Amino acid sequence: MAADQHMPPKAEGRIAENIVYFARALRAAGIPVGPGSVLDALEAVKAAGVGTREDFYWTLHAVFVKRHEHSMLFDQAFRIFFRRRGYIDQLLAMALPAAPASAPRPPEAGATRIHEALFAGVEDKLKQEREIEFDARMTVSDREVLQRKDFAQMTTAEIAAAEDAMKRLILPLAEVRTRRLAPHPRGHIIDIRRTLRGSLKGGGDFIDLRFVGPKTKPPPVVALLDISGSMSQYSRLFLHFLHALTDQRRRVSTFLFGTRLTNVSRALRERDPDDALAACSASVPDWSGGTRIASSLQAFNKQWARRVLTQGAIVLLITDGLERDADQTLAFEIDRLHRSCRRLIWLNPLLRFEGFEAKARGIKTILPYVDEFRPIHNLESISALVQAFRRGNDRTADPKAWVQKVA
Amino acid sequence: MNKSSPRPVPASIDATVALLAEADYLADRSLGTVLYLALKMGRPIFLEGEAGVGKTEIAKVLSATLGRRLIRLQCYEGLDVAAAVYEWNYAAQMIAIRVAEAEGEQDRARLERDVFSERFLIRRPLLQALTPDTVGPPVLLIDEIDRTDEAFEAFLLEVLGDFQITIPEMGTVKAVHPPIVVITSNRTREVHDALKRRCLYHWVGYPSAERELAIVRTKLPGVSKKLSEQVVAFVQALRKQDLFKSPGVAETLDWAGALSELDVVALDPATVSDTLGVLLKYQDDIARLEGSKVKELLDEVKSELRAAE
Repeated sequence: MAADQHMPPKAEGRIAENIVYFARALRAAGIPVGPGSVLDALEAVKAAGVGTREDFYWTLHAVFVKRHEHSMLFDQAFRIFFRRRGYIDQLLAMALPAAPASAPRPPEAGATRIHEALFAGVEDKLKQEREIEFDARMTVSDREVLQRKDFAQMTTAEIAAAEDAMKRLILPLAEVRTRRLAPHPRGHIIDIRRTLRGSLKGGGDFIDLRFVGPKTKPPPVVALLDISGSMSQYSRLFLHFLHALTDQRRRVSTFLFGTRLTNVSRALRERDPDDALAACSASVPDWSGGTRIASSLQAFNKQWARRVLTQGAIVLLITDGLERDADQTLAFEIDRLHRSCRRLIWLNPLLRFEGFEAKARGIKTILPYVDEFRPIHNLESISALVQAFRRGNDRTADPKAWVQKVA
Repeated sequence: MNKSSPRPVPASIDATVALLAEADYLADRSLGTVLYLALKMGRPIFLEGEAGVGKTEIAKVLSATLGRRLIRLQCYEGLDVAAAVYEWNYAAQMIAIRVAEAEGEQDRARLERDVFSERFLIRRPLLQALTPDTVGPPVLLIDEIDRTDEAFEAFLLEVLGDFQITIPEMGTVKAVHPPIVVITSNRTREVHDALKRRCLYHWVGYPSAERELAIVRTKLPGVSKKLSEQVVAFVQALRKQDLFKSPGVAETLDWAGALSELDVVALDPATVSDTLGVLLKYQDDIARLEGSKVKELLDEVKSELRAAE
């Protein structure tokens, strides 16, 4: 039973100190733990009383972990932090007179281990991360030229200008009807509540009908961005584009994939685009590497589709579709993706070439399953994309035309 | 045990686990800890997990064993304040206004006060949960919160943080004793951190083989020991396969029940293939197990069971 009432104040201070240090370790490991949670944890440990190691574990787990993904990090951090044999039992029994000053900190060996486990290869990635090599001969910043210029051939200054222009893009994506009602001048349902309140203001003599109609809101957007080597000239700029999109709208999820899938939605929510991009590249292990579209899509379908594709989401698949092993899996996964979203839009920078034909096997496999097939390689094509979102369907983006062209 | 008699909340983690076991809910220690803390600290509990692992059941069991009233709010897209919190009885208000007019009532302020009073208020689940109850604070189940939209979540913040609701026409209603709040989510959407921060979080996973067997044995005492062992072992093996949707505990129970209805005493490949629709709900998953795959799995399971004997 709870012995907390008899707990000497000094021992209580010890456990509090340890929880504070532990919370700090969790924060370093990437679990967002606020000061409020630390207070909650203290309260919870007091409420649960002295128990076994397992109880202590689950008590802290209940307070600190707010997402299933964090469970594993917590487990690792807990084991390293409280790894000394009997240390935790001593702590719980409040029998620890005075631990050495450094004891509550994660021990050095453990610290490196958790560092390795949690941030595996971050440094390597940062090193690997290839800067786009720029040709500094031309310094044209004329807007007109910029509009049509391929991102891949831009100079540093031009890229900066393009980024700037993208920030200013307003994306009026078509809105979808929700089942929620809102006051509407030409609505079809009488809003009794507002009607009654309105009429009471005048003493109830007149009843002036007020109406409500369906409320519309922009659908969620899910972007799947290819960051493999063949796309490396574009991926940074597209990230800027997606950052601008995330900035304006609330429901945007962004995933990067090369050989594996990474969710960078949180990183992109940073206000500053450079911070956001730095956070993105820090969380991606496979920048400019190979590409495995099929397995990345499979991972997305399995782990994320049911979580982010609800409420009529639009999927933007940004890839050149150059997949070497295009087989049945790719067709199966793209089909499943198509069936679980409202609209699947494929944005392909390869479409910039005049004579583009859907000949590569990967492209041929994906094409039959997408709703729209659009170029995305310069600012003009991005504005065209924005226009298309506003209008809805149009012929130029019909993937069937491309399939027929090859046949 | 008289299930309707009100009882105080359990005093320890062991007592919590025992309490759930009384109503045939076999919880593991981690769930017991979270529930105990939620009851003791008066915090809402946020349960997340795949469909069919018994999240909703926890709220029902709590209300049954503690003898509290269960108030259920099933979430759906477009759920609004009028359906979740309160609504005015407009028809009655109209009549009251007509009567006041007929009586020659001149004071508008008084008329407004009369019309927007307790008498005309229709209480929906959230407001009901804050109303004092003679048997103790009720259990409020907010089911499948991921089905509603962000707008509603924001509204819940006030209710779950301070256990109070502001009605513009009347003022603030505050619960004297906060209700026991259980929120469930299937994770079809990420719920906002601000809401999660106010709750104790627990991920309800699939049970271990022993616990699942115990669940089948308690819930379906009519099914033979041998069949339940085979069923559980097979389902556990299925969960290790690369399936789009693994079967939950609810499916295991359905399947065991269905097999016993069919008078099956032991699993054989043909029966498994015929009844696979009870376990797996995606055509791709069923197709993956077609042909010899079921037999392979079944042989594996049976040899493991034999080895364990």
